[in-house]
This record gives sequence, C-alpha cells and structure tokens, in this order.
Amino acid sequence: MIRVDGRSDSPSLIRVRGLNKTYRRGGENIQVLQGLNLDVDQADFVAFMGPSGSGKTTLLNLLGGLDVPSAGSITVAGDEITHMSASKLTQWRARHVGFIFQMYNLIPVLTAFQNVELPLLLTKLSKSERRKHVETALGVVGLSDRMNHFPRQLSGGQEQRVTIARAIVSDPTFLLCDEPTGDLDRKSADEIMALIEELVGKYHKTVLMVTHDPVVAARAHTTLHLDKGVLVEAERKGVLVGGVA
Amino acid sequence: MAIPVIYNFRSVKARWTSAIVAVLGIAGTVGVFVAMLSLARGFKATLVSSGSADNAMVMRAGATSEMTGGVGIDAVKILQDAPGIARSSDGPLVTPEVVLVAPIPLISTGTDANVQIRGVSKNVLQIRNKVKIVEGRMFQPGLNEVVVGKNATKSYTGLTLGNTISLGNVRWLIVGIFDAGGSSFDSEVWADAHLLGPAYNRPDTFFQSVTVHLVSPDSLQQFKDAVTSDPRLNVDVTREIDYYSKQSTRLTTLITVLGGLIAAIMAIGAVFGALNTMYSAVAERGREIATMRALGFGGPSVVFSFVIEALLIAFVGGLLGCLVVLPLNGLTTGAMNLQTFSHLAFAFKITPELLVKGIIFALVMGFVGGLLPAVRAATRPVAQALREL
Repeated sequence: MIRVDGRSDSPSLIRVRGLNKTYRRGGENIQVLQGLNLDVDQADFVAFMGPSGSGKTTLLNLLGGLDVPSAGSITVAGDEITHMSASKLTQWRARHVGFIFQMYNLIPVLTAFQNVELPLLLTKLSKSERRKHVETALGVVGLSDRMNHFPRQLSGGQEQRVTIARAIVSDPTFLLCDEPTGDLDRKSADEIMALIEELVGKYHKTVLMVTHDPVVAARAHTTLHLDKGVLVEAERKGVLVGGVA
Repeated sequence: MAIPVIYNFRSVKARWTSAIVAVLGIAGTVGVFVAMLSLARGFKATLVSSGSADNAMVMRAGATSEMTGGVGIDAVKILQDAPGIARSSDGPLVTPEVVLVAPIPLISTGTDANVQIRGVSKNVLQIRNKVKIVEGRMFQPGLNEVVVGKNATKSYTGLTLGNTISLGNVRWLIVGIFDAGGSSFDSEVWADAHLLGPAYNRPDTFFQSVTVHLVSPDSLQQFKDAVTSDPRLNVDVTREIDYYSKQSTRLTTLITVLGGLIAAIMAIGAVFGALNTMYSAVAERGREIATMRALGFGGPSVVFSFVIEALLIAFVGGLLGCLVVLPLNGLTTGAMNLQTFSHLAFAFKITPELLVKGIIFALVMGFVGGLLPAVRAATRPVAQALREL
C-alpha cells in the first residue's frame, strides 16, 4: 500500500520521512522537496507526475542514492541510506536499484549483451552464471535474438528494452524509471509500459516512475502528484487516496 | 570487478580522431627519445667494441687520451720485456702507436672532417685480432702505404683502394681496406708508425700510446704492477676496453642529456595533448560515465578505466614512435669524439631494451595525461551528469 501521510505503522519496503532537498543557486536557497513522506510496499507501482521543476527527478535521484537529501530519511528494505558514505551508497545502488532512463543511457560501444552484463560485473557471479542471467533478462524483454547488436543497430523501443533488461538483471530491490517512454512513439511506449506492468505483476518488482504523460501514469497502481516539492494529491487507479503529505 | 577494458578499446576506436592528437604527440616524443638514446648507444658501442679485454694500453701518466699521451722509444723497449705480455715468433705483441688527425673532406657534405690517422707496428693485426683485411693487403713496413677502415672508405673522399693520399709531407698509397667489426678503428687510417711520425716532422722515436696483447685478460694486474713500479717508467696502464668505454662517456653523456632535455620538453607538449584528448573524452562521455556510476561502479573503477584508456592511447603512440625510428637502426652517421677531436662514424643502435624504455616513457606520459581527467570523471556529481545530452 502506498501512503504519503507518513502514518504507516507497518514496515514498508521504501520509507521516506520528512525529506527535504535544498539547492543553493546564485546565493539563494531553492527548496525543491519539502518534508516529503512516502511509503511504498513490495510490488507497488507508483508514478510521480508534476510540472517541470516540481522535484520529480530530484526525488527519484534521492530514492536511487544518486543524491543526498538536505534533511529527512530514506529507508529501503531496512537500510537507512541517507547517512551512507559515497562508496557505501555506490555499493548499495548496485545491489538494490535498477535504473531505467528516458534516453536509455546504454553504452554505445558495448553490445546489448555487454550492456546488460555491466551490473553483474559488480557481483561475484562466474562468467557462465553471468551469461545465464543476461540471457534470461534479455529473454524477459524479448530481445534474445538481439544480444549481439550494438545500441545504434536497435530501435528506440528495443534500446529501452535493453535498458530494462540491464535494470532487472541483478534482481534489484526496486526499479526507478525516469520518463521511460519520453523518447518513444505511442506504440513503443505501450509496449514498454506493458513490459513494466509485467515486471510488477509477474515478477513482483517494485517500480517508481516519473512521467509527464498521464496515459503512461495511468498504467501505475498509484499516481502521486508533486508540485513545488510537495506531494499534493495521490490517486489510485482514478481514485483519490491521500491528502497533502 | 572493474569496468571492462573492451569499453576503453572500443571507445578509443570510436573516437580515434580525438585520440590521434595524443597518439601523434606521444609518438613524436618517443621517436626523438629513442633516436637520441640509440645515437648515444651506437656511439658508445662503437668505442667500447674498439677495446679488447686481452689488450692493455700504456700512456704517459695523467694522459686522458692518446692525443695527450707520450711514450718514448726507451720506454717502449722496457715495456716489451714486461711480464704478462703475449709473444709470437716475431717477438712480444706490442704496438707503439702514433695518433694524429688529418683533415679529409666528407663524401656527404664535402666539408673537412678530422680523420684519425694511426701509426701502428707491423704486428698490429695479431694484437687487434678482430681487425681483418677485407680488400687488398696489409701495408708493408718501411713503405709509404696505408690501410683504411671500412667506414673511412665510405665516409671520406679519396680513401679508396689504389688511390694515393697526402698525409703530412708524404703521399701514401692505399693498399688495403680493413674491417674492425664496427669499432672506432673502422673510421681510421693506419700506416707504419715509424714513417707516420716523420711525415709530420715528429721524431720516429716518440709515440702517443703503446698497446700490448696480454697472455690472458687476467695478466693485466701482473703487467700493470711491473710497469707502474718500474722507476724508469712514468706511465698509466688501462685495459683497452676500459679506455674506449671511458672515451665514449663525454659524448654519450652530452647526447643523453641533450636528448633527454629535448624529449622532456616534447613530453610536456605530449602530456598536454593527452590531457586534452582525455578531458574531451570525459566531457563527451559524461553521461556514459554517470550511467556506470549509477549502476554501481565506484569512483576508483572510473579512474582506473580512464587511466587504462590513456595508457592504451599512449601505448599506441609509443609503439608508433618506436616503429617510425626503427629504420634508423644500423644507419651510419658521424660525430666528433670529444676526447680525441677526431671524426667517428657510428651507427644508430636501437636495442629491444631501448624500445621498452620508449614504451615505458610513453606510458608515463599517458598516465600523467590521463590521471587528472580520470579523477574529474570520477568526481562529477552523478545526478547532474546523467541529465547531460
């Protein structure tokens, strides 16, 4: 169950409390996130919407351990990440987070196989075990026959599928998707969303997604709206479920 | 595990145009570095090969080279009876020698070069047994005949078999060409010592040095002790190979220092080239680096990866530099021996060890040029870099 009021008593997979993020720009403090609370359970699929500058990507970066908050805490599967050192946080990301980017962010000089294998190079798996995992992940996204293709030899939709395979190959705790369909046509976007839904429904992955597209957001279990760094409403499959966080 | 090296290989290949600046800069520097050192090596090898462990050189005490030496005929006679000297049926293997320089035009430029002219005894080929007559014959003692080293005949005008040359106030017939195995003797002209001195209005009883052939290399100390303790003599004894090795020191040091200086200045430029290439690689691939860091590759992995890439570029540059100068190996050139002021022909000597040094030099430049950009790549904020186009 996704909650934004900070009153959840049961231990959730992702637990955010009083999250603040302030940037200093031109001698002025800009508060991007203000006392944000969030609880996300295993296999939840949540979409964050909001206008540009509302703090969606900042929130995603903080949840993914790519940035550190000015105040507040983020706890994932019992690990409080906000006070981890940079190297600890790097290790934590490798183990717990799968990233899916709008621009795919594949390494252009590596094949689909090698791109998907990258996160596994940080594990203790043997070469043959890595191969098995990569083949499985590429099979899940339907690209078993494209594993030796370079990104430039793939369509946008196929590239995003490779990104998804890379994100799930090490079986992370949750997936962070930053505008996963933002660079795709509607048909490809539908296919990608169907794949993400499958990851949640069939493989019980937890997915947190930022999007501008209400059609895409509608595929999530819950949509949370951010405005000027504050969660102003939460909606579950068309039903308003929470108040101001 | 680190970021796979294949990533660096392919990245360099994909962006070869930006890598080419660094590759060429490093190649040029390594080329100069190897060429200069090979010049010094060649010079040294030529002089060192002139000496033999079986021979000892006797010169006036305190003389630093044959040119400043002086040994009279009385001293030569005493030396001939010293212990440790090998003997043949003709007597002791001793060659009292007259050494002087004569200006002879170089074939290549037409300008005069100081050619070393050596007056030797008739048994010199037994004493310097690496020297062989390859054309014609040895000079006849008592006749105005000379034999010419194989480099001298190629380098100087008129030193061909059958030709006559003017040395001092006498004309000499060239009756033979000798091969001294690439040593400095190959640049010399040899005549009968008893005739050469008088041709330059010097007494035929005065020599610059005496070279003796020892019974064995171990006989040096016995010979040296006997000669240096004899109150009638005021001489220094050196093993011939040590004498020639010392002869090479001044010029090889000069070449090495000058070469090192030039290479160092060029290296600064090459390092800036590498820095430029690697900084642009880091700038162009900001999002790739950020992605890998987001996936869990740590800062040290990124630094290692980019240093490896810089080393890869440097290695290619170093290899190219070595390949470019490799044809110089064996190429004969000439320089003045700063000890004797005579012109000496010698060959560039590019050894495997020198090539390895060139590659190491290239890798050092690559490391220096790659480290700062690598650190920059590893320390940029990930979240910010991920949003770059």
